[in-house]
Amino acid sequence: MSDVQRRNFLKTSVGVAAVAIAPGLLLFKVAHGQSDDDSKVRWGMLIDTSNCAEGCNECVKACNKENGLSGGLAPTDSQWIRKIEIKDVSTGHQFALPMMCQHCAEPPCVDVCPTGASFKRYDGIVLVDKHRCIGCRYCMMACPYKARSFVHAPLHDQNPDVPRGKGTVESCTMCVHRVDEGKQPACAEACPNKSILFGNLHDPNSEIAKKIRAVASTQVRADLNLNTGVRYQGI
Amino acid sequence: MSVPGVRLLLLLLISLCIPNVWADQALPYKIDIGRGGHCVRDPVWMRKNHMHLLIHQRDLTVREGKRDKEIDLRNCIECHASTKDDSVIARSDSFCVACHRYEAVKIDCFECHSGIRKSAWLERNAK
Amino acid sequence: MMSTSFALQHKKNRLYYALLAGAGLVVLLALYAVSLMEEEGHIITGMNNQIVWGMPHVFAIFLIVAASGVLNVASIGSVFGKAIYKARAPLAGLLSIAMLSGGLAVLMLDLGRPERFMLPALDFNITSVFAWNTVLYSGMFGLVIAYLWSMMEKRMNVYSKPLGVAVFAWRFVLTTGTGLIFAFLTAREAYGSAVLPPMFIVMSFAWGMAVFHIVQMVIYAWNDKELEPEILERKKRLLGIFVLGSLYMVVAYHMTNLYFAHRMGFERFILLDGGVYPALFWWGYVLIGNVLPLALIFLPGMKTRKSAMLASLAVVLGGFAFLYVFIIGGQAYPLNLFPGYQVSSTFGDGQIGSYTPSIYEILLGFGGLAIAFIITTVSVHVLNFMPHDKSYIAD
Repeated sequence: MSDVQRRNFLKTSVGVAAVAIAPGLLLFKVAHGQSDDDSKVRWGMLIDTSNCAEGCNECVKACNKENGLSGGLAPTDSQWIRKIEIKDVSTGHQFALPMMCQHCAEPPCVDVCPTGASFKRYDGIVLVDKHRCIGCRYCMMACPYKARSFVHAPLHDQNPDVPRGKGTVESCTMCVHRVDEGKQPACAEACPNKSILFGNLHDPNSEIAKKIRAVASTQVRADLNLNTGVRYQGI
Repeated sequence: MSVPGVRLLLLLLISLCIPNVWADQALPYKIDIGRGGHCVRDPVWMRKNHMHLLIHQRDLTVREGKRDKEIDLRNCIECHASTKDDSVIARSDSFCVACHRYEAVKIDCFECHSGIRKSAWLERNAK
Repeated sequence: MMSTSFALQHKKNRLYYALLAGAGLVVLLALYAVSLMEEEGHIITGMNNQIVWGMPHVFAIFLIVAASGVLNVASIGSVFGKAIYKARAPLAGLLSIAMLSGGLAVLMLDLGRPERFMLPALDFNITSVFAWNTVLYSGMFGLVIAYLWSMMEKRMNVYSKPLGVAVFAWRFVLTTGTGLIFAFLTAREAYGSAVLPPMFIVMSFAWGMAVFHIVQMVIYAWNDKELEPEILERKKRLLGIFVLGSLYMVVAYHMTNLYFAHRMGFERFILLDGGVYPALFWWGYVLIGNVLPLALIFLPGMKTRKSAMLASLAVVLGGFAFLYVFIIGGQAYPLNLFPGYQVSSTFGDGQIGSYTPSIYEILLGFGGLAIAFIITTVSVHVLNFMPHDKSYIAD
């Protein structure tokens, strides 16, 4: 092999290797990197289930009112937040908690969305960009928390702050329109027992960051490793 | 067909593609501009370009949370909703409908967005 | 003599147009259903927030998987050089395009915002297997069309072999992609399994072969030709092997699930006490989709032609039954948010989801079949897709 040949061979091999590896690296980066751990803000919630009264539905009502949901309970009606009553069959221990979009750091809905309509904001809030949503419902298949609803019928007279429409998927927005104004999500504000603590997980001096350091908290389906923004205390 | 004939036909076809709003004159249809007043840009410019402003701001708002008080659909509606029914879409001469109907361009905003002045909506829904 | 054959031809012509008109009517009805779904929303279907994919997806996925599998006939011809399959490659390619068109049409028209179907191409999300599939589907279209062209145009014949290999590779990736749509759903007990992509590939062989058999036999009968019994016998046995292969994959899928204690509940539901789903699984998929065709194929003394036709129809029916159980039954079983706990809520937590398909979504599904039927019938009528066998030599 002459020098020139060798050089050409090396060049080609490096090129081929780069082409072969690049998409994989890119995928890896998209799937695993890019977490906004260095972002100054990550909105989250800590929900104290020991305080959450069975039968109380104030957070659900507040959410429905704030976001203009009908409050209907048919399987085709949207429910952004719901109360789950839980019973440990072996011990008989019973409790309740509100369940909604967990605003994962590694959201499966964002991974599977073909158009990038499901996305995570810089501050950790997971949203549906309804301008891009084609209504394929793959995110609803992928979400482990059943947090999403599909708008099954035409809507009228929506809240001017909360656009929603037929044929698109929607879920808890963590009341992004309120949060951007410096307010609390409606459910957190409405909870009579102050069981929902909302705040910035990435600000070490915030109340939520301090509390999450001090008490034991759980992620629902922690086995899936999604790093949820909504955490529970007392499960 | 002769060459001039083809040229004429092409010219006609092209001219059909030019929106009427580009004509810098009084509009040939009835339109309820609501409160009106000073717009965020020159009205003639807005007639041609409002959609670019809206789309640009829409992506900034939804995806990055950068909200602009001025170029905000709610702000547009606040001024331009009819003083009679507080809406930009309720009637055939409502602010958005009048023009879009004339140009035969479908509006894809109000299936999700409210076409009603927010202050009026809040008043109606305050309990 | 002359006049009777002319009369027969005339009759056939009328039948041809009647069939086309019938299929056209089905497509129109499907479009009407779609326009209603557009107007009223998905509320008029049986789908809801628990069963988000329903009847349209059963039809669409069957058509897409079979579209990939039917190319097997072409691949055996081009890639492995078997003459009797080579003669059938054009028909296989045509069927693939027809079924892919039908399946994709159903999938797109079921979207909540079907007018935005081009968006995945514009705002491509690289991590989405759905988005990959849009590339795989359109690529398959282009490749198969080029492949057909290379076979039907003499000057292009030289490219037929490489294109055949490309199609062969592409459809493997495509069916893998279809399987991955489900395999990537880690949180759902019915899905989230690495066995799904290969399972879909082997199923595609069986379903594609069955559809091919049906169409081929109809075409031969229409043209008053007789398929050589040796050829039919060989292809019938191949179908039998594919059916056995896919049954093996399904058994492996359920066995692995049964081995995981946390998936026992789901398996109990889908195989034993889930009502319509176990019934469809055992009666529809196992009995009609496997036992019946296997008996028709392998039991001695079965009349070749009739048994091949019946076996193929049974495989197709079994395929639909399987997909119904897999797609809809898989979603009906609730997500397990708190393993080991009993849960209840207003949003169906801890409850089996209910689903009753509405006429509109069924119409949409049949619309997809009708599209595939029209493309096939018209193409076979105007172009030469009839397999031409030299007298049969075992290869």
